[in-house]
Amino acid sequence: MFTKSDWTDQKIEVIIANLLRAGVTLAAMVVFTGGVIFLMRHGKEPAGYHVFTGEPSNLRNWRGIVHAAFALRARGIIQLGLLMLIATPVARVAFSVFAFVLERDWLYVGVASFVLLVLFYSLLGSAM
Amino acid sequence: MNNLEFTLLVGLGSFMAGFLGALTGLGGGVVLVPLLALVFKVDIRYAVGASLVSVIATSSGAAVAYLKDGFSNIRIGMFLEVATTVGALFGAFLATKVSTSAIGAVFGIVLIYSGYLSSRTPVDPPPGEQPDPLATRLGMNGVYPSLSGPKSYFVHRVPLGFGLMFGAGGLSGLLGIGSGAVKVLAMDHAMGIPFKVSTTTSNFMIGVTAAASAGVYLSRGYVDPGLAMPVMLGVLAGSLSGARVLARTKTKQLRWVFGAVIVALGVEMIYGAFTGKL
Repeated sequence: MFTKSDWTDQKIEVIIANLLRAGVTLAAMVVFTGGVIFLMRHGKEPAGYHVFTGEPSNLRNWRGIVHAAFALRARGIIQLGLLMLIATPVARVAFSVFAFVLERDWLYVGVASFVLLVLFYSLLGSAM
Repeated sequence: MNNLEFTLLVGLGSFMAGFLGALTGLGGGVVLVPLLALVFKVDIRYAVGASLVSVIATSSGAAVAYLKDGFSNIRIGMFLEVATTVGALFGAFLATKVSTSAIGAVFGIVLIYSGYLSSRTPVDPPPGEQPDPLATRLGMNGVYPSLSGPKSYFVHRVPLGFGLMFGAGGLSGLLGIGSGAVKVLAMDHAMGIPFKVSTTTSNFMIGVTAAASAGVYLSRGYVDPGLAMPVMLGVLAGSLSGARVLARTKTKQLRWVFGAVIVALGVEMIYGAFTGKL
């Protein structure tokens, strides 16, 4: 009942699941580090999320976020971790494209590439 | 309340949401936004942004746990992600256009519906007769291990499932939730996929769907690091511990209680939306 391609699918899934776990672990560590710095510097300040003002423009796009993180700004470091988290499923889809190429399943190379394009459009198109 | 107190309280609340969400299989995201908006008085746009980010964390973090079941079908998942990602993009743009009370009202309806779903026990569809020719052409029919050896299944009504998935993606983008309930429903009821395959495949899809709207949220300034930090870490830790406890608990009563809480939050959200408190 199990064909050769099933076995390859399973192997791909193992790699993908571990890729996702690694991405999430790394992102969580960066967010945690940024969080500790944030609380050390701003822990005593009042918390205000009742009124929506939106984030400052440098925390809305990846260039600004990377810049703020490397300047060791606490909120920038957290945002970088969140950006890494968002990138994890994108990496998963990118890897799927590659895996379908290995399986020579051109139909699904197309399907996965389309999904990847939508993700790139969302992340790069709006958050450049 | 200062940042330290706020972080600890929100972190604790998020941990509980993630824990109960994993234990009951309903997902933590669905109670997170009402918790933040109603209890912590957070603006719903910040709440939705933080929730969406945590949805990605739980979905990706749980992938390894789901893996040992070996039930998910990456072809079904990838194909349906075309619908969910486009839907999510659409939902996220919509979220920046409509009022916060409209978001609150839609959220309330989704909560009540999820609560209702949680009271039902999943029943596998009767083993399929004729697969949808489209499903065969797309290589979606598969095999999953069961007690009586490998069991094959056929996928039905692909266009209907695809359409419902577009809706699920839209809700995910609009409300910052995984909308796993809608995804499972589309796969179970419309496409006739066995429950175990649909739940694991749905988990795989949730992260990708959420990533599609996350870009829009980020660029609109909905993702606040100070808020998203305790939410994401809390939900992630909670759902991972919940999944660990899951194997040795009877969850039926818990599902019922959690379902009732969700319905109550739904009513509260709708009330808040109509009285302008959101």
